[in-house]
Amino acid sequence: MMDAGRHPRIELLVDSEVEDITGFVGNYRVQVRRRARYVDTDECTSCGECEKVCPVVVPDAYQEGLSSRKAIYLPFPQAVPSAFSLDGEACLGFNPIACGKCLEVCDKKCIDFDAKDELLDLEVGTVVVATGMEVYDPRQNDEYGYTRFPNVVTSMEFERLINAGGPTDGELVRPSDRKVPKHVGFVQCVGSRSLQRGVPYCSNICCMNTIKETLLLADHYPESRSTVYYMDIRAFGKGFEDLYRRSREAGVRYVRGLPGNVRQAPEGGDLIVEVENTLTGALEEHHLDMLVLAVGLVPRRSNGNGKRSIDEILSLSHTSDGFVMEAHPKLKPVDAPTRGVYFAGCVESPKDVKDTVTQAGAAAGRAANLLGAGQVRIEAITATLDPDRCQLCTICARVCPFHAIEPADKKKGLLPHFVEAACAGCGTCAAECPFDAIDMRHFTDSQVLAQIDGILAENPLQKIVGFACNWCSYAGGDNAGTSRLQYPASVRLIRTMCSGRVDQAFIWHAFRRGAPLVLISGCHFTDCHYIDAVTWTQRRVEKIWNKMEKLGIRPERLQLEWISAAEGQKFARIMTELDSLLRQVTAKEVEETMQILEKERSKASSASPPKKRREPVLPIQN
Amino acid sequence: MTDQALRIGVFVCDCGLNIAGTVDTEEVARFASELPDVVAVVRNRYTCADPGQNEIKKAIAEYDLNRVVVASCTPKIHEPTFRNCVADAGLNPYLVEMANIREHCSWVHIHDREAATEKAKDLVRSAVGRSRMLEPQDEKIFPVTDAALVIGGGVAGIQTALELADGGHQVYLVEKEPSIGGIMAALDKTFPTMDCSI
Repeated sequence: MMDAGRHPRIELLVDSEVEDITGFVGNYRVQVRRRARYVDTDECTSCGECEKVCPVVVPDAYQEGLSSRKAIYLPFPQAVPSAFSLDGEACLGFNPIACGKCLEVCDKKCIDFDAKDELLDLEVGTVVVATGMEVYDPRQNDEYGYTRFPNVVTSMEFERLINAGGPTDGELVRPSDRKVPKHVGFVQCVGSRSLQRGVPYCSNICCMNTIKETLLLADHYPESRSTVYYMDIRAFGKGFEDLYRRSREAGVRYVRGLPGNVRQAPEGGDLIVEVENTLTGALEEHHLDMLVLAVGLVPRRSNGNGKRSIDEILSLSHTSDGFVMEAHPKLKPVDAPTRGVYFAGCVESPKDVKDTVTQAGAAAGRAANLLGAGQVRIEAITATLDPDRCQLCTICARVCPFHAIEPADKKKGLLPHFVEAACAGCGTCAAECPFDAIDMRHFTDSQVLAQIDGILAENPLQKIVGFACNWCSYAGGDNAGTSRLQYPASVRLIRTMCSGRVDQAFIWHAFRRGAPLVLISGCHFTDCHYIDAVTWTQRRVEKIWNKMEKLGIRPERLQLEWISAAEGQKFARIMTELDSLLRQVTAKEVEETMQILEKERSKASSASPPKKRREPVLPIQN
Repeated sequence: MTDQALRIGVFVCDCGLNIAGTVDTEEVARFASELPDVVAVVRNRYTCADPGQNEIKKAIAEYDLNRVVVASCTPKIHEPTFRNCVADAGLNPYLVEMANIREHCSWVHIHDREAATEKAKDLVRSAVGRSRMLEPQDEKIFPVTDAALVIGGGVAGIQTALELADGGHQVYLVEKEPSIGGIMAALDKTFPTMDCSI
């Protein structure tokens, strides 16, 4: 911590939150809001005079609310930066009758009530997301009487109570009467490994954390007794089994079975725990002075203040457990699907300090590779313009999620200008252009049409033509594959970078070629890797449905689904459902559709004569 | 390139038994050899391994291939591999196309060899069709800003920031609380060393 605070190449931005990230690999622009701290961190010497005179007392979150702090406070003794902070919401100095006592006693004059939030613009090549996790809150299910019995505490509260810097200066006392507990129980898997309460996964750290706590207790109070209630003890890491053995040798009793009932003795605050010892089959009743809940780890929730979370800003997907999804679970465990973004620590999954440090090293290594290379190659999948077809309508500029297109100017006869560095290749402009003037490198119309033809060349009645976006739905299909989830073999996928690329023309072409069923699948709206390109997919599909209805083609034959990269199960389920839909489409129906669309095509070509070639326009402005 | 006659090579991968255990790869290879402009078809046990890649390079030279179709796993794993492979043999990397007959086929239709084989053939025909339309592309190269943003000042963020900064890179470490340290800072001791967390 201290090293990070004084490293010449680390700019520490505390009280700060990232509000926006734009750009692309190697070239990200970041907007950070540094909230007003009202104390100059460079000048503050942490003398503590301000704290002494501050009249406002609030619960201290650092001490798990077990003690209080003032409105102006040092976050904790070893804080970095080592400077006081003023809690603007609690401070009286902001009220109409100003308090200002701290201001008067501060020798260095480093308190400033008029400080304002600062907006900082940063330019970086890479982003490492290390936003961590949260600790499970046992209040939501009142587990083991946590909200009713004062001597039921969480493992985090236990940490503060036994810590020398804690509210009791390291003397472990129980909350009801401040007596040192003689017999302490520990309940494992609180909020973890349950399909009914909390989360279904194992939180990884709680077994070892409890073992550690029993050893601390044995060190501090050799006379005390500990009993641990567990389902399985998972001590798989290096040196872990030794600690477990030490704990048992120290006299800690391990009972396999979670308490069925916890009640408080009529007087005195002691706890009575009923538990089935599943090794002996006996029902046991234990009298405890204190019960510690080994609470699990859960994914960090969104900000809750209406602001976009980092996950939203970076369009990060999540696995079914709610933690961020890596580019590949084995081969790219610290890479986000977006190039140049990496993960470190518990944001990816619950892990202990050692694994976190290891993963942080890996993330730093990946980031350093990119920075060290000094340059980055961008895939040649950007938009191209056919100037002869462009009618200067400006639709492309309006639909581009990246503002990578400077609109055409009809009056001046200027063509739209495509900023290649900003184009991410979603293809929405190509799909929306009414004049077919835009195409995508490596995902051209002719390439996609050739794929459709390849799929429907033989027995089209048995085939589903599916379009899947690269990041979510195609990867969801891959996920179904790696998980060996079985589904009927009727679907054939065509990969585009984004579902926004899927041109109306592709759909009509597929139906004209005898496709009984077409699927368009993309990312969930919040996951879209091209900001909001997926909303254009939705609008386009709705337009096609309307037209299908008018033409007498059942709209159900075009399906739209949102499948994330983590949703292999959903992918397999939808493919199974589509297969039964496919069986409802008759050969006659397909034949009729083909005739309707052929007629429609010949009508369209005779109704509007070919467009006259426009006057030449000025060349592209660079 | 577009003026040249198309000469397509198709490489069908067994992936050990990952693909060949379900899909009749021999039949897929036979089918591919009958597709228009396909002048070479090679079946491999592991196309991504060096011997498999060498087969591709050899065939490019021997048959003067100007398109390569690899029927194997998802492009999300090995498209870069095969792009590099054909580039080594002097072909533009964008002239390679993949048919995903593993994740999207053999692994998800394990109990239906016939349907999986038919699907694999369709995916190969679709990929060959697409390959006919491929064009060589030049990738743009952009400079990289030599600075990193690390979001979160807990154990993970601090460690990442230190590693990068020690490596000579500028780091911005953003923490929403008034101090770095995260949840770790509230712990008393940490296992397995039983030492102070801070």
